[in-house]
Order: sequence, then C-alpha cells, then structure tokens
Amino acid sequence: MSQSLRPYLSCVRSTLTAALSLSNFASQAAERHNVPEIEAASSPELLLNPLTVSRNAEERVLVEPSVNSVRVSIRIKQADEIEHILVHKFTRFLTQRAEAFFILRRKAVPGYDISFLITNLHTEEMLKHKLVDFIIEFMEEVDKEISEMKLFLNARARFVAESFLTPFD
Amino acid sequence: MAAPQVHHLFHAPVADHSFSADRQTLAVARDTSISLYTRPSPTSPTFTPTASLRGHDKTITGVDIAPRSGRIVTCSQDRNAYVWEASPTGEWKPTLVLLRINRAATGVRWSPSEAKFAVGSGARIIAVCYFEADNDWWVSKHVKKPLRSTVTAIAWHPNSVLLAAGSTDGHARVFSAFIKGTDARPEASVWGERLPFGTVCGEYLNPTAGWVHDVAFSPSGNALAYCAHDSTVTVVYPSAPDQPPSAIISIPTQLLPFTSILWSSETEILAAGYDCGVYRFSGPEWRLSGTLDTVAAAGGGGEQREESALNMFRNMDLKGRSGGGGSGGDDTRLKTVHQNSISTLRAYEGGDGEEVTRISTGGVDGRVVVWTL
Repeated sequence: MSQSLRPYLSCVRSTLTAALSLSNFASQAAERHNVPEIEAASSPELLLNPLTVSRNAEERVLVEPSVNSVRVSIRIKQADEIEHILVHKFTRFLTQRAEAFFILRRKAVPGYDISFLITNLHTEEMLKHKLVDFIIEFMEEVDKEISEMKLFLNARARFVAESFLTPFD
Repeated sequence: MAAPQVHHLFHAPVADHSFSADRQTLAVARDTSISLYTRPSPTSPTFTPTASLRGHDKTITGVDIAPRSGRIVTCSQDRNAYVWEASPTGEWKPTLVLLRINRAATGVRWSPSEAKFAVGSGARIIAVCYFEADNDWWVSKHVKKPLRSTVTAIAWHPNSVLLAAGSTDGHARVFSAFIKGTDARPEASVWGERLPFGTVCGEYLNPTAGWVHDVAFSPSGNALAYCAHDSTVTVVYPSAPDQPPSAIISIPTQLLPFTSILWSSETEILAAGYDCGVYRFSGPEWRLSGTLDTVAAAGGGGEQREESALNMFRNMDLKGRSGGGGSGGDDTRLKTVHQNSISTLRAYEGGDGEEVTRISTGGVDGRVVVWTL
C-alpha cells in the first residue's frame, strides 16, 4: 500500500461524510417538482463550493455538494495508452448499467472518468456511512482492477505472440 | 439517566412527528400520508398504528398536533395544508387551508394560543393562517417582505404574536404575526412595542451565510437560537426595539450540521442533526457540554474490542478510516441510537413555560426515540 493513498482516502472520506448532509428540498423554480439541485443549478445559493481532492496529476476526486444532492466525480489513474483504453472500456461498461448501481451517473463530468450522483433519496433509503464506504471501496478496487487487467492483457499478448511465432522457429 | 425508548415504526424517513399533549397519540409524517399511532393501554410502552390520514399527494413536510384542541395540521410539498379534526365516531375530517402559495410548503407549527398556525414555503412566503368564522374556513395572511429564499424553519414566540423563521439565504428573522381580531394586543417585550402584521423585529445573518436549518425561542421568549449548515448554533439576545442585540453568541462545533434545536431551559439547548446524536449546549457561557448518546455508545462498543491490531492498521491503510473501529465485526450499525440523520427534535414532557424533562426525536431511519434528560 503506497504511502500517499492513506491520507488521500481519508480526506475523500471526511469530505464525503460532510457533503452527504442532504435534506428533502423541493424546487424553488418549478411548482411540485423536486429535482437534484446540483444538476438543475437553478439557484447559486443552494450549491456549496465544489472541492477537488487530488493525489497527483492523474488521480483526483471532485465533490460538488448541494442542498439535496452530491455529485462525486473520480479521475482514475491512467499511466499509459493501454490503461487509458482499459479505463474507458471499464467505465463504459458500468455506466451502461447505471440503473443497477443506483447512485451511478450515466455520463461522467468532463475531465473525469466516472461520476456518482447521490440524492437525498439515496441517503434516506441506504445507510449514509455505507455509501461513503462504497465509494472508497470503489476507488481502491478500480485501481487494482485496471492493473490486473493490464497484466492479463500483457500476458495474453505475450502468449499470442509466442504461439504465432512457433511455426517459424 | 434512563435509557432512551426507541420506537422503530417503519423503514422510511420520519419528516416530522408530533405527540399529543397526553402522550397517548403519535402522529408521524410518512411519505404522502400521516400515520397515527396510539398506545394500546395508557401505560403501554409501545405504539400500535390506528389510522392513516390520506389527502396529500406529495411528501409531507410538517405535522403538528395542537395540545389542547387535538387538531392536527399537516403541510406538504404539494403546496397544500390541511387541518384534521376528529369526528365523534373517531374519523378524521380534513379541511383545506387557503395557503395561496405556489411552491412547496416546508413546515408548519401551531401558535401556543392554537388560534393560528404558520406555514413556511419555498415561495419565499410565510403564510400565517387563522380561522375565519364568517366563511367557515382557514385563511392566510402572507409575510413576504425581506424573505429572499425558501423558508426552512418556523418557530413561535410564547406570546403567539412573534414568529421566527430561518431560510436558505442564511438569515434568521423575527416577524410579527399579529392578526387583528384573533390576537390580543401583546405586552411590550425586548422585540418591540407596537407590532402590526409583518413587522421585522430582528434579522440575523449566519457568518458564513449557511442555510439556517432551525430556529427556536427560549422559554421566556427573550432569546433566539438558530442552527445553520456551517455546524454552528447561534444564540441572540436582543436588547431593545431598534437597537443592536446585546449579545450574539455563535458556538462553532466540529460535528456535522444540526437540523433541529430545542431549548430545554433558559440555559440549555439541545441540538440534533446529521451526526445522528443529540447534543447538549449549556449557557450562559455557551459551549458544547455533552451528548445524550453515551449510554448506547458504551453498550455497543464492548464486544468489538477484541479485533487484532493488524486488522486495525490494515483498515486504516486500506479504507482511510482513522479510529480503526468497526473492522471485522458488524460495522453497519452506528454507535448512536438513531442510525441516520435526525430530522426533528421536540419536547415530550415539560415545555410551555416549565423545564423540559423528556424530549423526542424523529429520524430519517424511521425511528422515534424518547430521551430522558
């Protein structure tokens, strides 16, 4: 476990815990509507200051809180071209199944790879601290997943190259 | 200190709750209906559901039972408010209130005199409603003037004329809600002498302009407290009409914001909110003096002490958890009694001039808890 991951994750954890103070807030702009204010952005006073937690130039998390919703966007580490492709495929796979993940946003915020939209309905029906745990868990698992996929891809490429070149041996 | 009585009613948020004066009936706002619970026998510790008041078609945001008349007022995000009265056969009959608002209603409270009630709304209006006998309906007068944003909380002064309101523009304000014919002329107080309807008697801005979540008058009515989204509780002591207040004391905390506050006496405030616990502030040198959750915390922590040191450090490393607590075992349960944010805090025993000895809290986790102070 690298030295900088721990403060990074604990910072994200406390930021999220504070940001998840959401209430059931009906729209000020439209009658009988109740929409996530961070998406509608109908009034600046209902939005709090967005916060970026970054570990290095590649990895960062953007937390945008509002009165009844929080948008969490994650930039996943991409060291080279292969990782870039893998991250793209992986997040695409997830976002296409967004309904099954409840808090996943269908489209990532520009500059980030994956976004979550947590509304007051989610914090009401799920445990708040478990939602935070989920995001933290996701952040550490996704790195592991990507590097595993990269290793697997390299191993497979080597194997394919070897078996292709055996006849010429 | 007796252990808190926990009533786990359902798995849905309790937006607001209210006990009747004899504490036999409990009204709980559950999504779009009001659930009424009564005790099977007067001494029974549990509640059983008896009736469901249906009429609203959006989330109910406020419910209040008048202590003496037993009338229930409810308001909802569908812009309506109803006054429910029990018929002799035990059925509840709703009367629509003419609120004349075009956004969601956010909360409702009966005045101590029970002749009027106030409804806060997202239309930047407070509707002060009273019964007009000539037409046999509830009508409203609007307080509009300096309100710039959604009214999040309202509270009545013990004299039933002054009304405090908190809103999302970061202000807590005190208005006069004097209605000719309904109210007797109030005695002069620190808030003002002549109080025609709509007079602004005080306007206080939260230093960081955070949303004000709740406001409350002290039992004497000579001080105002409000809590805001920057996790502070502020106490205001006004000096005289049109003079700057004699003291504004802001108590910062390291906790998550509070959503509800209650004065238990002139020198003690209870606050609860997103931290899922009830906290005590004591005056007159205001400071955070403790929590009501201590009993539960000691009971819950005991069996989980045996986790290995390795596990603890691994957890700190992997998950970024500081305390290292809750690894291995069941970490889905919080150590507080409420398992999710507390939405309302109310006096259960006492109040109305006497010292509050027991309080009740309703939370997003569907629990209503009665605490002994």
